[in-house]
Amino acid sequence: MTLILHLILRLALWLLLAPLLPGIINKVKAWVAGRRGPPVLQLYYDLAKLWKKSVVLSQLASPGFVIGPAVGWVALVGAALLMPLGPAGSALSFRGDVLLLIYLLALARFCTAWAAMETGSAFEGMGAAREVSYAVLAEAAIIAAVLSLIVHTGSVSLITMLAPSPGAGAALLAAGLFTVLLAENCRVPFDDPNTHLELTMIHEAMVLDHSGPPLAVILHGASVKLLLFAVLLVQAVLPIGEMTPPAAAGALAAGVLLVTISVGLVESLLARLAFRRVPLLLTTAFLLCVFALLVAWKGDAT
Amino acid sequence: MSSTTPFALLANATSLPWAEIPAWPAAEFVRSTATELNRGARLCAWFGVPEGAATRLVAVLAFDADNTLAVGRSHPLTGAYPTLTDTHPQAHLFEREVWEQHGLKPEGHPWLKPVRRSNDAGNAPALREFFRVEGGEVHEVAVGPVHAGVIEPGHFRFQCAGEEVLHLEIALGYQHRGIEAALAGGPHRATMNQMETVAGDTTIAHATAHASIMEALAGTEAPLRAQWLRALALELERLASHTGDLGALAGDVAFLPTMSACGKIRGDFLNLTALLCGNRFGRGLVRPGGCRHDLDAGRAAQLLERLDNALAETKQAVEWFWDAASVRARFENVGTVHPAQAADVGLVGLAARACGLVRDVRYDHPAGWHRFAQAPVAVWPGGDVFARAKVRSLEIERSGDYLREQLAAPAEGALRDELPPPAPDTLAVALVEGWRGEVCHVALTDASGRFRRYKVIDPSFHNWMGLALALRGTAISDFPICNKSFNLSYCGVDL
Repeated sequence: MTLILHLILRLALWLLLAPLLPGIINKVKAWVAGRRGPPVLQLYYDLAKLWKKSVVLSQLASPGFVIGPAVGWVALVGAALLMPLGPAGSALSFRGDVLLLIYLLALARFCTAWAAMETGSAFEGMGAAREVSYAVLAEAAIIAAVLSLIVHTGSVSLITMLAPSPGAGAALLAAGLFTVLLAENCRVPFDDPNTHLELTMIHEAMVLDHSGPPLAVILHGASVKLLLFAVLLVQAVLPIGEMTPPAAAGALAAGVLLVTISVGLVESLLARLAFRRVPLLLTTAFLLCVFALLVAWKGDAT
Repeated sequence: MSSTTPFALLANATSLPWAEIPAWPAAEFVRSTATELNRGARLCAWFGVPEGAATRLVAVLAFDADNTLAVGRSHPLTGAYPTLTDTHPQAHLFEREVWEQHGLKPEGHPWLKPVRRSNDAGNAPALREFFRVEGGEVHEVAVGPVHAGVIEPGHFRFQCAGEEVLHLEIALGYQHRGIEAALAGGPHRATMNQMETVAGDTTIAHATAHASIMEALAGTEAPLRAQWLRALALELERLASHTGDLGALAGDVAFLPTMSACGKIRGDFLNLTALLCGNRFGRGLVRPGGCRHDLDAGRAAQLLERLDNALAETKQAVEWFWDAASVRARFENVGTVHPAQAADVGLVGLAARACGLVRDVRYDHPAGWHRFAQAPVAVWPGGDVFARAKVRSLEIERSGDYLREQLAAPAEGALRDELPPPAPDTLAVALVEGWRGEVCHVALTDASGRFRRYKVIDPSFHNWMGLALALRGTAISDFPICNKSFNLSYCGVDL
């Protein structure tokens, strides 16, 4: 009984807190630009509005157009439940769960791209092509980051492997994972979540034809993904699992807030990269994670 | 060069009796025009004048180095004539327009299709025939006429291999309002208002060109005080548009500091125009024979003070822009138009100056107040998005300096004179350097002094081809910054 209660509480935490992050990012951007900006809770309002709207469906699209976002959302929420939250642990933990996490993220991406291709529109095809090409590099960086944690702790279970030691390895990992976070969540300098220019979009181009509840599910899933990466980044750098529950909760919240504000600042002060330069930055993120791996591997031996 | 031309010479904003313009049979006329273009002239206008059942072709050329314009015409003709486009691509769109309006077919034109109208089947411009690149890996991307932003309608058809654009074709005409047709038999009561809205962001330039036409036809010119005010308003219009464009360019690469600042400063500049005449876009200021609103000393002082503030803020915002390596990386070597291409397709204004071509009507063909005071021409080599942004920032500085100088030395006297009636059977030409480039108006009067033909050429008419060329070999994701770096008018072409 307590297990189910625990699960519901954890699910509510993820689902309800996630849409806060884009609101904070937008507030930071507005603050830097000297504007008042939209309310922090704007995404909640948008989701409520979209949920009430009807859906416009193309006659050409197969059921995949709606199934894609649904499966993608479930995959992301499942990944979130695998993610341990400091001393509270995770809802479900087993040996090798980190691999499932990576695959769930890939499944979510596959579903979004699949739904995008269903429309047969040139824009969405372009968006899907861009998304999956850059994902190849971003996934390499995540896998290198995970490997470095595995080598460092000798464990392939998320709950025990997120026990970093301070030092060069943690700094490299933080830089690498932050870059991956920006790329995976379609933030500047990889993508511009605010643009209205179809030809420059990556993620946005894929969801142009979605409307109503499916669009709400996509937007909510994206915010869960952002929160997931922020939590992963904080726990890969700070030894949260060893803290007392109140301290851990505080450190985790502060860490996620800091990551969110950093995303807002990056977005305020940097221009977007040209597409041909995106692989360079992603390769850099991959190399940072590889160096973190080397530090974890050889650094401990000395 | 121009001293030996068989064409009739005239200065900017002057007129010439229709009968004094030399005429040739069509084939010979095309040949003579080609000869003049080869000798360094530039095609400002090429249009038809109906005469009975037939049509005469008229060419207005500009000899920039000699600061003079030249006009020639053909004998009336029907049917076909040998194309000029074949050897001089700058005539490309003009010949398509003449074919559309008068049915004269340029024999050998490489891509003859309507400029604005639907085809016979009544299809919209986007449904006409487009140039296609064949190949299994080539895909076609159609953008517009309805866009995601609040902008004018126009259709863009890309032929792409992956992310690379092989070819772009632009189909306009969605905003065709029949402005030229409405002018026949004019000027009417609504004419001045229509001229102010040929392209709403170029109100002062189009209004000044039209007013100059009326003054040239009347054989007079506006009082100095009015010429001075028009020059001030023209530069304010330039400042507002250039600042807005730099902000929009920053927005397209998601560089928020400059975007936010420039959006606000553009409004400040527009408000200065409002201080001058009560309208942010300068409507109601310029009228044939002078200006309708004067600038008293108190408001002139206020204008200067607010101008200095806005210019200082612009300087800061533009510096953020140039100092950010991430911005420069997006702009440099993107959307390049080579100088030879620019000269071939006849680019004008800012887009031409960003290719290193020295083309500025204020300097080459000064009329009105620009005969007494000119701002230095801003030129930058390169032809890429960076160059076009750079020319804008240079022009902001120079227009600012120019305004400060001119505000310190106002012309005195009357604001507006009564105009004598327009001369009959006379052709007048007026060029004005709007913020995009050369605004050209040509008017021909009938025996009673009413408009027999009135031709409006917005700089965008010359420059859309430049955008198409800039996209060749560029990534399709860079289209928005290329487009914004030209920022051409749709309604100015559609008329």
